[in-house]
Amino acid sequence: MTVGSMALERFPMPPRPAEARPPYAMGLVAIIASVTMLFVAFTAALLIRRTAPDWVPIDLPGILWWNTGVILASSLTMEFSRRAIRRGATALAERWTAGAFGLGVVFLGGQTAAWLVLVEKGVFLPSSPYASFFYLLSAVHGCHLIGGLVALGWCWRKLRAGAYGAFGHRGLGHAAIYWHFVGGLWLYVFFMLGAL
Amino acid sequence: MSAEAVHAESFIRRYLFSTDHKTIGKQYLLTAFFMGLFAVGWSILIRIQLAWPHANLPLLSRLFPGLYQDGVLLPERYLSLVTMHGTVMVFFVISFALVSGFGNFIIPLHIGARDMAYPVLNMLSYWTAVPACILMIASFFVPDGAAAAGWTAYPPLSALPQAVPGSGWGQTLWLLGMALFIASFTMGSLNFVTTILNLRTKGMSMFRMPLTVWTLFISSVLGILAFPALTAAAIMLLLDRHGGTSFFLPSGLVVGGQVLEHSGGTPLLFQHLFWFLGHPEVYILVLPAIGIAFDVVAVFGRRPVFGYRTSIWALLVIGVLSMIVWGHHMFTSGMNPYLGEYFSVATVAITVPFAVLGMNLIASLWRAEIRLHPAMLFALAMIAAIGLGGLGGLWLGTASSDMYLHDSYFVVGHFHFMIGVVTAFGIFAGTYYWFPKMFGRMIDQRLGKIHFWATSVGVFFAFIAMHFLGLGGVLRRTYDPTAYEYTASVTWLNLPISIALFLAAAAQVVFLVNFFWSMFRGQKAEANPWEAATLEWTTPSPAPHLNWRELPSVFRGPYEYRTDGRAAGYRSQVVPDEPPAEVRA
Ligand code: HEM
Ligand SMILES: [Cu+2]
Repeated sequence: MTVGSMALERFPMPPRPAEARPPYAMGLVAIIASVTMLFVAFTAALLIRRTAPDWVPIDLPGILWWNTGVILASSLTMEFSRRAIRRGATALAERWTAGAFGLGVVFLGGQTAAWLVLVEKGVFLPSSPYASFFYLLSAVHGCHLIGGLVALGWCWRKLRAGAYGAFGHRGLGHAAIYWHFVGGLWLYVFFMLGAL
Repeated sequence: MSAEAVHAESFIRRYLFSTDHKTIGKQYLLTAFFMGLFAVGWSILIRIQLAWPHANLPLLSRLFPGLYQDGVLLPERYLSLVTMHGTVMVFFVISFALVSGFGNFIIPLHIGARDMAYPVLNMLSYWTAVPACILMIASFFVPDGAAAAGWTAYPPLSALPQAVPGSGWGQTLWLLGMALFIASFTMGSLNFVTTILNLRTKGMSMFRMPLTVWTLFISSVLGILAFPALTAAAIMLLLDRHGGTSFFLPSGLVVGGQVLEHSGGTPLLFQHLFWFLGHPEVYILVLPAIGIAFDVVAVFGRRPVFGYRTSIWALLVIGVLSMIVWGHHMFTSGMNPYLGEYFSVATVAITVPFAVLGMNLIASLWRAEIRLHPAMLFALAMIAAIGLGGLGGLWLGTASSDMYLHDSYFVVGHFHFMIGVVTAFGIFAGTYYWFPKMFGRMIDQRLGKIHFWATSVGVFFAFIAMHFLGLGGVLRRTYDPTAYEYTASVTWLNLPISIALFLAAAAQVVFLVNFFWSMFRGQKAEANPWEAATLEWTTPSPAPHLNWRELPSVFRGPYEYRTDGRAAGYRSQVVPDEPPAEVRA
């Protein structure tokens, strides 16, 4: 980063040739919009379905609270990684990203454990509409979280290869935003299932 | 990568697993034609059944032993045919050709980009679409026959494997095929939106983009926002079918004398989710067709498009409104009349921006020097189809008249004008217009005109007549048109309708022959055979890999025809207002 290019950030940029413009942010916006709409649709379904007389909430396994804590911690960890890379602390950023990745895996393990607890209690997918929604939403959320893990893994590899620096870490920034998004999505799902 | 690197590419990289947007666009277009053969074929079988419901057809019986028995079409297979025709036409022909095909081919060329924003994702999108096609077609080759619950796949029919023969494996394959289709289409939409917003060349502001790009942009945004609702519905339907859940299945269903265990679900939920996608989907398809009509009318009318900006605002209003009118497909579902009234008002409100688009198209013809190229003929006829479809829409959008017309042939006539004629004519107009840029050769005009007239006479007659069938009370998706005596006064129309549609189908043979013959034998095309002003015509035909040696810069809007009195009668978007600084110096 030269002084000249830093000065550019404060002043309106002249139109650049198309080849130089990074299109990735817009793609991220589109992905987030479409995943949001998916969960809007599930929410609408849940709101309608719960008006039927057979809607009886079940006790959700307590481990879900732990999982929620883990995914929040993971988000925070990823944010630390982003802060670190902004300062140019590549090694630190690499460790934080690895941490976020690990916590994400722990979260998935915890979710699986929650399923097993339910199965132990004899609560299966078709047992009740509430159970159906719990399995459905946690599974669909889990799939999107796996997408996030792939992104984090990718960043981790790039960090280890020394491909990211203080001024070139767009991929990591975007992965972090998506990671916060799927973390928030779990909070939303958990809240919706718990509150309704 | 330089333009020379092209030659290093292997055949497979270049034609099969290509990341070049033009190749992918052509792949989609050809896939659409291929799937169209099936969809048109099925519709011919449907029309034969409706024209001669009691005939014995040993030949067809021999050709399609799974569909016919002893020379008679099986009633349950009739439902499969209707279902598969609708599904494949909407998603695998029209979507593929109009949105994925032309979208991929033309967006970078129109906005001055070398390729899509994510070329690899683009290739992935196509190679997800191929298995989707295979799954769909495979639906016909399972023991119980293809999906039979209609392209709308309403439960409980679609949710109970034992409901009708086609709701067994056929329906499951249908759902999986749709899931892959949605994944593929979403990747495409994401690419389109990003490309249009981020990869425009220097000087190509949003308000200098050709209307085709604008319509594709709005379609893509609608796709990103609306398709997830169908994804959600499809996942829940699969769980109802195979996981024992009751999202859409109510209590007390009896099939084959047995009470089912499902309870508490609501089929209406599926209808809401389906139409939350379904309505925007029809606009996703119709808008690009209208966009192509604008471009073609300007070029072959030698006039600037009338009301370029109002058209864009109308498109934006249509985009927003299209997301909040889905309930007009459900007036008879027992919804609260106040809700119905809301959906009515919103629906009829959409006709206003639609009328703006139609009127702008017509006004663009004012004092035009019309060149009756096949592309122009299709664009002009499309304007008529928009008008007829929109008029029918007014009747259907008004809840009180829809109570009578719902599920009748009036609806079939209406949507075939909109989603059938308008979109197909958009595909044809686009093909005749961009053929030189796609393949570097001219497509034969005389055959094109034969294609146009035969198609138009056929479809306009048939779909107008269908409105009268509907007014007479004929219900859609009915196997035996003579089943109800009260419709006897109109059902004679079925025979002339079938004959008209056979004519239109035969015209497509002319089209395909012309298409493939011209692809190899047509006269070589120059860079700009139509004297058109948009960017794709500033590069050689066929457009080379990476499109331009040097990216063009844009200095004006896309439709400057005959506005400056110059001999050529048009100014390309790349012509500067005054000589550029280098020249003056
Ligand atoms: C001018 C504005 C339009 C209005 C007011 C309108 C209104 C309606 C209404 C109310 C229905 C439901 C009829 C029923 O099932 O009883 C309907 C059906 C339909 N419309 Fe439109 N429409 C309009 C434009 C379009 C366009 C532009 C397209 C497609 C490109 C389209 C495609 C369809 C389709 C496919 C159906 C039937 C779906 C089915 O039941 O299988 N319509 N329209
Ligand atoms: Cu609609």
